[in-house]
Amino acid sequence: MTGGTLALLIQLTLVFAPLSLAAIGGAIAVLPEIQRQVVEIHGWVTADSFMDLFALAQAAPGPNMMVVSLIGWQVAGVVGLLVATIAMVGPPALLALALGRLRARFAGLSWVRVTQAGLIPIALGLNLASGVVLAQAAHQGVTTLVLTLGTTLFVWLTRWSPLWTLAIGAVAGMAAS
Amino acid sequence: MRHAAPDRDRPDPSAPPPPPRLAFFLAYLQVGLSGFGGANAWMRRVIVEERGWLTEQEFAEYLGVSQILPGPNALNCAVMIGDRFHGTVGAVLALLGILGGPLVPLLGIAGIYAQFGSEPMVAATLKGLAAAAAGMTIGTALKISTRLRPGLALTAVGVCAFVGIGLLRLPLLAVVLALTPLGILAAWWSAPWRGSVQ
Repeated sequence: MTGGTLALLIQLTLVFAPLSLAAIGGAIAVLPEIQRQVVEIHGWVTADSFMDLFALAQAAPGPNMMVVSLIGWQVAGVVGLLVATIAMVGPPALLALALGRLRARFAGLSWVRVTQAGLIPIALGLNLASGVVLAQAAHQGVTTLVLTLGTTLFVWLTRWSPLWTLAIGAVAGMAAS
Repeated sequence: MRHAAPDRDRPDPSAPPPPPRLAFFLAYLQVGLSGFGGANAWMRRVIVEERGWLTEQEFAEYLGVSQILPGPNALNCAVMIGDRFHGTVGAVLALLGILGGPLVPLLGIAGIYAQFGSEPMVAATLKGLAAAAAGMTIGTALKISTRLRPGLALTAVGVCAFVGIGLLRLPLLAVVLALTPLGILAAWWSAPWRGSVQ
């Protein structure tokens, strides 16, 4: 590994590790800051390819935060991908581990149970909101609207695997082009 | 009412034994590989609906707690669920599955995109996929909500969260901070709904 690569990897870590701790509500929350760091400050990718990478991370399976993995990959290959992913995932994962254990330890206390119950509707409301925001981003006329509504009902009311509706979505999108 | 001292691995004495490590890892690999448009929806599908390792209520609690942490909700959930069944090893297995699984298809798609991304058909296919994935996220949130049957107060908090973020596009942190005390109040108010709180 050359000195230049090592410096790049350290820079990747220094950019993503602090951002990971600011990402309350997921990677989408810090997306504008990621763009500022990666495109404007460090110039690792252009603004256009940043949007492309984000669209890919959304389209591909896996959490949306994997846009960070793709940026690492663009910047320093497979090692960059691993370093960027670990920097983005590691710090929140350690926090989650700690909170999960605290939670289990005090699960018997009534205020802990009430607090947990109170957080559930917020999480569901936020998930619903993400779905609507994603639907608006994907909206392109009647075809996409029908796809979104159809999948919503399919997932809500049946127990069949949503892979079917995703496949139909891809084929319908292709056919409508 | 439960008085038993909580035990991290077996929160409930009547709970089934934890899934074997390999089966657990494979389940998270499946979540990662199929997790188009949001891993939360797939995690619920695989862990609650297909495998039955957690109840709807237990999963919703992990979902609720993980949103107050930084980082992707799905990964925080995965870490906590892994830790519940197999300690730190379980947390690592869940992360490896959910992140490692999609890595190969992601790079494959990135490679294809780099070559054919300018083709209108590729863009249109991705749009169709994204529209369906959005429906999946919406459908999953509605499914959990209708299954948990929250009372009026809790439903109102959920609707506020949705309107604040989804329609008014208010800053996320502000919405979560403002609604958390209201959510706790609503949960306290409707405690008999949960049966065992007091």
